[in-house]
Amino acid sequence: MGELQIKKQTVKYDVVIVGSGAGGGMAAYMLAKAGLKVCLLEAGPLYDPAKNITQLKNPWESPRRGAATRFRPFGDFDACYWGWDIDGEPYTKAAGTQWDWFRARMLGGRTNHWGRISLRFGPKDFKRRSIDGLGEDWPISYDDIKPYYDRVDELIGVFGTNEGLDNDPDGVFLPPPKPRLHELFIKNAATKAGVRVIPSRMSMLTKPINDKRGACFYCGQCGRGCQVYADFSSSSVLVKPALETGNIDVIPNAMAREVLTDKEGLATGISYVSKDDMMEYQVNGRVVVLAASACESARLMLNSKSQRHPNGLANSSDVVGRYLHDSTGADMGGVLPQLFDRKRYNEDGVGGMHVYSPWWLDNKKLDFPRGYHIEYWGGQGQPAYGFGMGIQSMNGKFLVHGKQKEAGGYGASLKEDQRFFYGASIGMAGRGEAVAFRHNNCEIDPNVVDKYGIPVLKFNVKWSEHEINQAKHMKETFKEIMHSMGAIITWGGDDGPENNYGLHAPGKIIHEAGTARMGNDPKNSALNKWNQAHDCKNLFVVDGAPFVSQADKNITWTILALSMRASDYIVDQLKKNNL
Amino acid sequence: MDRRKSLKAIALGTISTGLLLDACKETDKKAEPAKTEGTTGKIDRMPEETEHFNKINAEKYFNAHEMATIALLADIIIPKDEVSGSATDAKVPDFIEFIVKDMPEHQTPMRGGLRWLDLQCLRQFEKSFKDCSEQQRIAMVDQIAYPNKAKAEMRPGVNFFNLMRDLTCTGFYTSEIGVKDIGYAGNKPNQWNGVPEDVLKQYNLAYTEKENKECVSYK
Repeated sequence: MGELQIKKQTVKYDVVIVGSGAGGGMAAYMLAKAGLKVCLLEAGPLYDPAKNITQLKNPWESPRRGAATRFRPFGDFDACYWGWDIDGEPYTKAAGTQWDWFRARMLGGRTNHWGRISLRFGPKDFKRRSIDGLGEDWPISYDDIKPYYDRVDELIGVFGTNEGLDNDPDGVFLPPPKPRLHELFIKNAATKAGVRVIPSRMSMLTKPINDKRGACFYCGQCGRGCQVYADFSSSSVLVKPALETGNIDVIPNAMAREVLTDKEGLATGISYVSKDDMMEYQVNGRVVVLAASACESARLMLNSKSQRHPNGLANSSDVVGRYLHDSTGADMGGVLPQLFDRKRYNEDGVGGMHVYSPWWLDNKKLDFPRGYHIEYWGGQGQPAYGFGMGIQSMNGKFLVHGKQKEAGGYGASLKEDQRFFYGASIGMAGRGEAVAFRHNNCEIDPNVVDKYGIPVLKFNVKWSEHEINQAKHMKETFKEIMHSMGAIITWGGDDGPENNYGLHAPGKIIHEAGTARMGNDPKNSALNKWNQAHDCKNLFVVDGAPFVSQADKNITWTILALSMRASDYIVDQLKKNNL
Repeated sequence: MDRRKSLKAIALGTISTGLLLDACKETDKKAEPAKTEGTTGKIDRMPEETEHFNKINAEKYFNAHEMATIALLADIIIPKDEVSGSATDAKVPDFIEFIVKDMPEHQTPMRGGLRWLDLQCLRQFEKSFKDCSEQQRIAMVDQIAYPNKAKAEMRPGVNFFNLMRDLTCTGFYTSEIGVKDIGYAGNKPNQWNGVPEDVLKQYNLAYTEKENKECVSYK
C-alpha cells in the first residue's frame, strides 16, 4: 500500500446522510427541497433505471435465462446489485444462529429490490405492549404519523382502496388494477374460508401523478426497475428530484467507516473509504443522518466509540444492535386444475399481486400474539430459468387432454404436457410480525474486519415460540384456501414441528428492524420520538433501526413517513438553532 | 417509433399507451433484429458480473463427444413438432454448456450421468450412446425416462435423465422459439383491463360492482 492519508472535505454541509434507500432518499429529498446543503453517501455506484436497463428484456437475453447469481440473488434481470453475499464484506453468526443478511450496494439501496407493497401501520401496531404485554409501545401513535403517511401517498403514489378497516388504515389511493384470473379464484376460495381479500396496496402509478414520471404500462417487471419511473424506487423518485435542486452532492462508492464526534460528543461528520480509489475521506456536517439500513446503521454507531460514547455512539442505553427482528415468512405452492389448458393472453399486470389479505383475526383467541398478511401469486408469467422443470411430478398425476400418462417421458408428448400445464400454478406467502426481543441482536465481532478494515457484525438471533406458532397457523390457513378452491398443493405442504412449519430463517424476508429503537426513556431506547439520538442531539437515524415493532406490514412506507417527519423536525430545529 | 422513444413519450404523457401499443406492434420486428443467443445481450451489468461472465464464457466444460451426446438427448426430449422447432434449433446444448459453468453443482451429475449412459449402452449395444442406432438410443432412453416404472438398477440413469430433461426444457422454453411455443403473451407495454370477457364467461366468473367501480380501466 502507498502512503495512507485522510482527505478532508473543505465544504461544511448542513447535513450528511449515509445511505440512499427509502429513509436516506426521503431525507435527502426533504432537506434539499428545504434549501439545506446536503451530502449523500452511498456505498454502491450510481443507478438510474432509465439508463441501467433490464426491463422489457426477453429471457434469452440473459445467458443464464434469468437465473439467480451471487450478484443478483433474485434473478439475472433483477435491478438490485448484490444481496446475501458481497465480495469482501463478510458478517458472522453466533453458534446456533441462522441469519441471512441482504444488502444492496447502489443508489436507491434496497428500494431497487423490494416488492413495492406499501402498507401503513395501524393504530394498534404502535401500542402492542398495551395489547399483549410483549415488547414495547412506540412513543408515537397513529395520529402522529398519519399526516406523513398522507403526504407520502401523495408524493410517491400508491394504489389501493379505502376499506374502513380498523388496523389497516385508509390512504390517498390511486385506483388498483383488476384481479387476474387466478386472483379471482383465490379471492372466492379465501373468502369462503373466512379470509378477507382486498385490492393490494402498492406503489405503482396506475395514473400519472406529475410530469416527471410515467404511468404503469403493466409489464409486471417492477423488480427490474422502471424506465418511465412508474414505480417507486428511491433513486428515481427521491434522489433524482433532490439532485435537481442543486443543493445536494451524491458521493457514490463511499463506504462509511464511522461517525466523527467532537469533545462534547456531538456528531461532526462521517469518515468513509472510497471504493473507487481506496483512499480515506472525511466529510463534515452540522447534522448527521444515518440511513444505511437497520443493521449497517447499528454497525456504524457501534464502531463509533469515543471518550464520550464508550459503548458506541448514542448507546448509553445499550440497546443499539438489540431488538433486531425480521418479518416471519412461510409459503405454499400448488396448481389449479381449472386453469390447465387455459387461453393465452397478456396478464402481466403490475409487478406483483393485485389482491392480498390483511390480518383478519383477533390474536386474543389464538396461541400467538401477532398477526400476518397473505400475499398471492400465479398465472402466465414470463418463462425464466426453472421453467418447465420437474414435469415428472406433474404429468403422471393429472390427465392431459383426458389421457393418463406415465410420469416423466420425452418428445412431442412432453411438449404437449408443458403447454397443458402452463399458467396453472399458484402460490401464497404469509408475512407476519415477530416479537422484538432484547436478546436478538447484532454486535461488533471483535475478531473480523471487512476488506476496508471495518469491524463486521456478528448476528445472534433465534425465533421464539410466538413466531413458530404463527407459521403453523399460516400453513393451516393456506391449506384451507388451497382446498377450498380445489388446488393441488405441490410444495410447502409437508412442513411440521421438525422444521418450524416451514418458517424461513430470520433475515430472509429482508424486513430487519429495531436495532436503534425509539422511545421516551433514554435508559431503554437509543432515539427519541423524532428519530433523534438521546445522547447526541445532531444525530438522526431514519431507516428500519428506529422501529420499536414492525407490525405485519412491510416497513418501507413507515420508514418513508418517519424519515419525512424527522426531516421536517431537522429543518425546524436548525431554524431555531437547536442543533 | 422505437421502444425507447415511445417509453419516453409515455413518461412525458405526450402519447397515450394505446397509441404506443400500435406503434410497438408495427416496429418491434424491425427494431429488434435476431440476437445471438448465449450472449450477455444488452442488459445492465456490474463490472463484477461482466468479469464473471467473461471468465466462464472463455472456459470449455464439455468435450466434443459429450456435446454431441447432449445434442442427441436434447432433441429426443424436445423434438421438432407441428408447433415449434427442436431443442437444437433453439441452441439448447449451448445453454447447457454455459449453465453448468455458471452453476457448477450441475457439472458432476451431468458428466457422470453421460458416462453412466455410455457405459450402459456399451453393455447393452456394444457402442457409446452417440454411436448407437436411433432405435437403440430410444430403447436406452425408455429405460430411464419414466421414474416410476424404471428398474432399480437404472436409478442413476433416471436421475441423470431428470436433470437432462429439466435443463433441456428450461433452455428451450426460455429461448425465442420456446417462448413463442408456450404462448407467453406479455413483456410488452399493455393496458390491463382485467381478465378478458370470454375467459370470465368460460369460468363462470365476473367482477363485482365494487371492482368495476374502483379499479382502473382503459377504453
